[in-house]
Amino acid sequence: MSTSFYERAVAGTDEGEQQLRPRSELTAKELMREVGSVLRMSEAEAASLGDLPDDPDDDQTMIINMGPQHPSTHGVLRLMLELQGETVLRCKPIIGYLHTGMEKTGEQLTYAQGGTNVTRMDYLSPLANELVFSMATERLLGIDGDIPERAVWIRMLLAELNRMSSHLLFMATNGMDLGAVSMMIYGWREREEVLRFFQEVTGLRMNHNFIRPGGLAADLPPGWRDGVLRILELLPERLDEYDILMTGQPIWRERLQGVGVITPEEALALGATGPILRSTGVEWDLRRDEPYLRYDQVDFDVIVGSYGDAFDRYAIRLAEIRESMKIVRQILDRMPGGDYRIQDKKVTPPPRARIDESMEALIHHFKIFTEGFKVPEAETYVGIESPRGEIGCYIVSDGSANPYRMHMRDPSFVNIQCLPHMMRGGLVADAVAVISSVDPVLGGVDR
Amino acid sequence: MSDDTVHEDAVDQDAVDQEPDAGPGDVRHVARDEYLDTVKALADEGFEMCVDLTGVDYLEHLGRTLPAGVDPERFEVVVNLLDIRNRRRVRIRVQVPEHDPVLPTLFDLYPGTEAMEREVFDMFGLTFTDHPDLTRILMPEDWIGHPLRKDDDVGRIPVQFKEAHA
Repeated sequence: MSTSFYERAVAGTDEGEQQLRPRSELTAKELMREVGSVLRMSEAEAASLGDLPDDPDDDQTMIINMGPQHPSTHGVLRLMLELQGETVLRCKPIIGYLHTGMEKTGEQLTYAQGGTNVTRMDYLSPLANELVFSMATERLLGIDGDIPERAVWIRMLLAELNRMSSHLLFMATNGMDLGAVSMMIYGWREREEVLRFFQEVTGLRMNHNFIRPGGLAADLPPGWRDGVLRILELLPERLDEYDILMTGQPIWRERLQGVGVITPEEALALGATGPILRSTGVEWDLRRDEPYLRYDQVDFDVIVGSYGDAFDRYAIRLAEIRESMKIVRQILDRMPGGDYRIQDKKVTPPPRARIDESMEALIHHFKIFTEGFKVPEAETYVGIESPRGEIGCYIVSDGSANPYRMHMRDPSFVNIQCLPHMMRGGLVADAVAVISSVDPVLGGVDR
Repeated sequence: MSDDTVHEDAVDQDAVDQEPDAGPGDVRHVARDEYLDTVKALADEGFEMCVDLTGVDYLEHLGRTLPAGVDPERFEVVVNLLDIRNRRRVRIRVQVPEHDPVLPTLFDLYPGTEAMEREVFDMFGLTFTDHPDLTRILMPEDWIGHPLRKDDDVGRIPVQFKEAHA
């Protein structure tokens, strides 16, 4: 009973140096350094912002914690905000609450098992995670050019549907964060339609482990075309409803326009990708600019904004759902036949029927699932466009069946570093809109 | 199913290093004292975004193949730069010795590396000089050790909960 609940609570969440400290505890130089590091600018630039109080004792600001359990922070994101009245002066994201060492875990798992691990990182775009991991492994194996056409097109179909489901969830959470609670229900409802299709195809709604090195886990089930068509018929009408409910609404526009503005220079310097970078007017979409899979054979537009504000990011995502539908329609027309995985004895287990007839096939099957397959010594980086930006996979192989090092460059991890810039000088209520518009997924941030 | 013609032009491009699987763009091995100048030169050349910065601990794989003239060290820092205008990428690999795990920060060139360098510091214990805020980012502040080092075994440290009563 020696410590009060309050003291224990403070001690239990204390992250020491990682935290934002009050002005009264900082010297002018330290404050300048902190502002500089938080805003990612040089100390000289930070000093010119005029953030320094004339009289250090006249401390009229307060530091509050937002998160890690605040409902609008999309998971366990914790923000420390320094407020002067309602205005945000400084903001520092503190992350790591969901860190489970997945990169370390990835080193313990074979390449064949790796998919189950990476798919859980950015849990709203599991198929993008699996895809980039598989592509990196395939490049190390030197089979990246030999993946059967059908597998490639199915991958593209799934990746685009995943982009739609992720953006639909963004619509839901963005609406919820700004008080349009009915939007939350609509967004989740539409996303559920896509997830239902994923369940039919992969067996799971999330964390599919369906895209694997060498191809896919299985072929599309009979009737998949009807499932996709159902989504394509349903969505346009629903998206029009979103336009009525949100896009044209004066209240919605007031809450988002001019909020959380970021310039193209800032976005590039901070390494932001995806809808954040595109909202500033920089046309950069890996699907078009560094085509992978067969994105160079389908027709779609790269959506860019011009103001770099929260409304642009909302509008871009809404438009990207429509673009993804356009791509999915083309995939439906052009889906080739053939195998769903590469027939390379090294990476592909023998078909089920062969196991009953052949002892060698049985041993081979057993070996692939217990020992995995060996990957030649090399290192490679592959980047693709996930719904949130560039997701990259850097793998170092030492010639064994486990990656020597597996690093995921997660778009949320980098994008979240834009928050202090976007929030500076804004209101607390806008801070919620800004977090929402960045659309971070903390599973990916912390990994 | 192997196809010998696949990597033909890739090999022409980076004849310097013998890695056909290196992925798009160049791979450049840079000495530690030239690191900052090289990155600065590349930044001036138009590589306007630092996509990724990460580390590797080669403790158990010291005999890796490296181009002639590059001495393997325990740590390696890998930086991915992107030139949006010309659609180019370059990957820089720097050897960092174990006895002196220090590198200059890229913060002044690419402010976005702030968090990435903190992650490398947290996970590998590499120090970046002049980094404005070199604190742990993913692990708790009072954590001992650097988890992604190869000598930091899985499960070596028991799960810690602050304020947990036994």
